[in-house]
Amino acid sequence: MALPASVREEPIKSQTALTEPPVIDLHGLSVSFGNRPILKNLRGDLRGKAIGLLGPNGAGKTTLIHTLLGFHEPSGGTAHIFGMDIADRTKQIRSLIGYMPERDSFIAKMSAVHFVRLMGELSGLPSEAALERAHEALFYVGLGEARYRRLETYSLGMKQLAKLAQAIVHGPRLIFLDEPTNGLDPPARLRMIKLIREIRDSGHAHIVLSSHLLLDVEECCDEILILKDGQIAVYCNLEEERKSNRKFLMLETRGDQEKFVEALQQLGCEYAISGDHRLKIVLQEGVEVRDLYRLAEEQQVQIRRLSYKRDSLEDIFLKAMENGYGGL
Amino acid sequence: MAVYEQTYKPYQGKLTPEWSRFLIIPQHTLRGVFNSKLFTAFYVICFLPLLVEAVLIYLHHNVTALAIMNLNARQLIPIDGSFFQTFVGVQGGLAFFVALLVGPPLVSRDLRNNALPLYLCRPFSRTEYVMGKMSVLIILLSWITWVPQLLMFLFQSYLEGFAWFRDNLWLASAIIICGLVWILLLGLLSQTVSALLKWRIVASGAMLGLVFIPSVFAGIVNLIFQTRWANVISLFALMSNITAGLFGTFDRVSGRIQISDFDDNVVREIVLMEPPLWVCWAALFVFCAVCLAILHWKVKAYEVVK
Repeated sequence: MALPASVREEPIKSQTALTEPPVIDLHGLSVSFGNRPILKNLRGDLRGKAIGLLGPNGAGKTTLIHTLLGFHEPSGGTAHIFGMDIADRTKQIRSLIGYMPERDSFIAKMSAVHFVRLMGELSGLPSEAALERAHEALFYVGLGEARYRRLETYSLGMKQLAKLAQAIVHGPRLIFLDEPTNGLDPPARLRMIKLIREIRDSGHAHIVLSSHLLLDVEECCDEILILKDGQIAVYCNLEEERKSNRKFLMLETRGDQEKFVEALQQLGCEYAISGDHRLKIVLQEGVEVRDLYRLAEEQQVQIRRLSYKRDSLEDIFLKAMENGYGGL
Repeated sequence: MAVYEQTYKPYQGKLTPEWSRFLIIPQHTLRGVFNSKLFTAFYVICFLPLLVEAVLIYLHHNVTALAIMNLNARQLIPIDGSFFQTFVGVQGGLAFFVALLVGPPLVSRDLRNNALPLYLCRPFSRTEYVMGKMSVLIILLSWITWVPQLLMFLFQSYLEGFAWFRDNLWLASAIIICGLVWILLLGLLSQTVSALLKWRIVASGAMLGLVFIPSVFAGIVNLIFQTRWANVISLFALMSNITAGLFGTFDRVSGRIQISDFDDNVVREIVLMEPPLWVCWAALFVFCAVCLAILHWKVKAYEVVK
């Protein structure tokens, strides 16, 4: 199945341009197992280079990935990946996708290089190319020296890396990573995170990272999609969220606070006094931090501490869990 | 993503045709199968009856060899439908044991190690997966059943002449159909058992049980009720009838039981009738349909708990 060269080879910009089809486009996607609804009417365009899929256990993260891979049939709506409908272009979509499953998955009685080669061939690579890329992928993930060992003899961390190697052997445009750091010790986790970031920064593949570890997602992703009870609770761009939070400042001052506050008002800043000598400020457009220092000097007020109030991913996640459902 | 570059790079080369991808599975599996010396030895033994068959055909046409052995061509088994049917039966029996060794782990191993999502997340369908696994057995069993039998038929034709070949061409089709039906049955049975049971030994035991237990049960029912209709649940009996039908030796009357009084006068005769051929074919069809339904149900990337 030859895909158009533009689909297979084109490098990814920091985000998919609005004129291009989104990486994942959800059109009221619903999935039910029997009478039990798992995903409920998901809608939105996901365009990020690395999208973090977050949610508590049972929120539907893995089911969403499986549905996008064509493992489950939607009970309502549909989704598009790179503009292709998951219902009728499953094979074409799968040829562009790499998948690293959550659970321990391998083919028994095979060396790692044999396993990754087989996966490459099943993805459509000719035998020689698959073998060459299997070696490359295993070296890339750091299993070069152990590539002739049988998979059964691998440690958990090595198995995770082998799963990553099989997911990237055919050079997919979109990689689904389902809990890639599960069960890894800290050095192995760091190595996995480094690899994911490298793949993201290479600009050749989008990543969807499903995890319940917020730190992993924060370190690797530029967008997050938080699911709660099968619905989208939050979808936001982490970078933009961080940028917008740069306008929130926490100040601790010494001196005549009233005069300082009046001066701030004249400058057009919103503020809130949050205790003795403590202020929360929202900077207006055109107002810089140096203007605050100038005002403080004029009012003979000392600024003892100045910090940006930055919503951590944990704050965003907890808010989403409290507030219920948002959309895109 | 070259080894020396250590960077992620997409693949930009040509892709293999989609239709041929199911053949990747037998290509990799057969390599593993023949890694076992024990299996390789058994597989070689499977060719011994073929050697005997070839020698018998050769002797029929070599007067010098017969003279040395003090034999007359008439004393040898005639080379006809029954001759080929016998050897097809022998090879079929050996094929069953090959299937018993190779078939059960094919799917069960993947199920046990959660490998199905890895296959099915690629441009590779469930049908292609089953076809790939089936073709492992189709290739292995074809080489010991219908392919060599067909070569024997051609060998006999070569020695006997074109007239014999023309008159007995139906034998070739019987050999091919018989071989393929048996392979299909064994393939489906072993795949189904393999998909249902995750452990190889249990799956092998179940496969043996599924073939032999119904045959034994059918034998008991046949004996008690003095019939042959219970053969519809015995794969061996069904296949035997179908083989006989294809080779033109099928006779519905498979036995007679005479009931005598105390003076040895026959008071009643029971004719034991095999099920008609169409019933045998229908029973095999039902069996295959059930196997396919189970495979459709079990071969999935993930089990959904409803």
